Amino acid sequence: MTDPVSATPEITETEPPGEIEAVPVRHLGRWISAAVIFVFIVALARSVATNPRFQWDVVGHYLFTGPILRGLVTTLELTALAMAIGIVLGIVLALMRLSRSLLLSSVSWIYIWLLRGTPVLVQLLFWNFIAALYPSIDLGIPFGPSFVHLDANSLITPFVAATLALGLNEGAYMSEIIRAGIISVDEGQTDAAQALGMTRLKTMRRIVLPQAMRVIIPPTGNETISMLKTTSLVAFIALTDLLYSAQLIYARTYETIPLLIVASIWYLAVTSVLSISQYYIERYFGRGATREASLTLFQRIRLGIWPRHVDVTEEGQILDQAGARRSGGEHR
Amino acid sequence: MSEPMVKAERVRKRFGRLEVLKGISLEVEPKEVTCLLGPSGSGKTTFLRCINHLEEINAGRLWVDGELVGYRQVGNKLHELHESDVARKRAEIGMVFQRFNLFPHMTAIENIIEAPVQVKGVRRRDAIDSARQLLKRVGLEDKTDEYPSRLSGGQQQRLAIARALAMDPKLMLFDEPTSALDPELVKEVLDVMRALAREGMTMIVVTHELGFARDVADTVVFMDEGAIVEQGKPAVVLESPREERTKRFLGLVQEH
Repeated sequence: MTDPVSATPEITETEPPGEIEAVPVRHLGRWISAAVIFVFIVALARSVATNPRFQWDVVGHYLFTGPILRGLVTTLELTALAMAIGIVLGIVLALMRLSRSLLLSSVSWIYIWLLRGTPVLVQLLFWNFIAALYPSIDLGIPFGPSFVHLDANSLITPFVAATLALGLNEGAYMSEIIRAGIISVDEGQTDAAQALGMTRLKTMRRIVLPQAMRVIIPPTGNETISMLKTTSLVAFIALTDLLYSAQLIYARTYETIPLLIVASIWYLAVTSVLSISQYYIERYFGRGATREASLTLFQRIRLGIWPRHVDVTEEGQILDQAGARRSGGEHR
Repeated sequence: MSEPMVKAERVRKRFGRLEVLKGISLEVEPKEVTCLLGPSGSGKTTFLRCINHLEEINAGRLWVDGELVGYRQVGNKLHELHESDVARKRAEIGMVFQRFNLFPHMTAIENIIEAPVQVKGVRRRDAIDSARQLLKRVGLEDKTDEYPSRLSGGQQQRLAIARALAMDPKLMLFDEPTSALDPELVKEVLDVMRALAREGMTMIVVTHELGFARDVADTVVFMDEGAIVEQGKPAVVLESPREERTKRFLGLVQEH
């Protein structure tokens, strides 16, 4: 273990010392554990690839078929709509919760208590059977005449029920995430904005919320990915999303495992796209927050694998230079 | 004699049971620089925040440029001002904070144009033009597109002053503007403030910088425990104070 440090230049009195090129410490334990994990992964991959009961040919056959893709679209629509409702509602509930009005803050508190306190599956079933509770919906003056008369059964389709149930439930969770984000912004920011003559609403919109986003985005990404999978509950109200479409097929063909794999592959694919988008959204809202250069995902990965061969400029561009030693974190 | 820019009459302020201002009466004339001195907890900062209604006063009266702060008087009754009216009045008063409170998600120039564009409705292009001049005035013309986190403390505070000046205020409030700075950065901020005073800006400065108070202030006010102990010309208050408490405080500040 005593390699000659050949690359180290001779340090003379006139020359400044060169950059250190020490031989890194060798970690025997890491090598052993890496070997064990490697063997394990190879064995697992071999078993997955060769076990005929996975029926990979069936997986391949169904992956891009019409019913599966239509189910995927429904899943994506549900996720997007429910998250949109959840985020808008979450902002409103968070602002109500932080309001000085006791009425507004207690209404918000009770809403969150109710919607977080019951299973989302129960809420989903409730909305689906809302017609049993309110057979017709009238729009008009409260306690006065009504102008529009709607039949709840035709208005609240399973898709509407699912969107409402998931969106209203998500609002309760999002409001707590957004509230935490708002609270995390330094009070001095509000002082400064108000001293400049901004109203409370403008202060919130221009100064507080953009900064709160840094805290809000990571758990919101979490919520979106979680929502993507929670939508699979709509199978209970016979809405043909990704999972239910797969279930309908294997109920007919008994190819249960391969169709569950088909669904899983799509869920994983969408989750991957969402994770990458989250990285870029975080990077956007993190501007000005750190002194370090902010890298694209690809640059980050390169920096992680070959830190010694990558140099980052202050603007976040990677320069390839053999032997360059600086990494992003060392820049001012 | 012109109307005072700021007039306080027996102003009182409580936080819960704690009374932090116990009847402050003070007048600040236009174009004058007033320095508020005193130990921490004496109510200087709170008084400053009352002037632009960041804090509500509990008793007394406070006027800025002849208008009541935060209220409208109808007969003998005070009516609270609507939030937008309070905001409009605040827009005429610049404030500089101890911890800068720059907007971290905006570059230097975005920090400056934010309020003119959003509050006054100035066109963005015009706002940028005047922002560049302001940056030059505080010596930051080469930092236009930097985020605050990449500026030194002294540069941040100069940027904060430029941001306040962008609203063309008739009064500037400084809340310990140099207390969070390393000693070698204090001078660059004080120099900007000196220049501002020379140009005739009305300024109220909470500070521990006795040198600045001596050179620049027209009036020095010494506060302790929520009350004004003595006030007058800097030469008088700082060189030959009458009150024992002032002497003790000045002794402590000058010692180090």
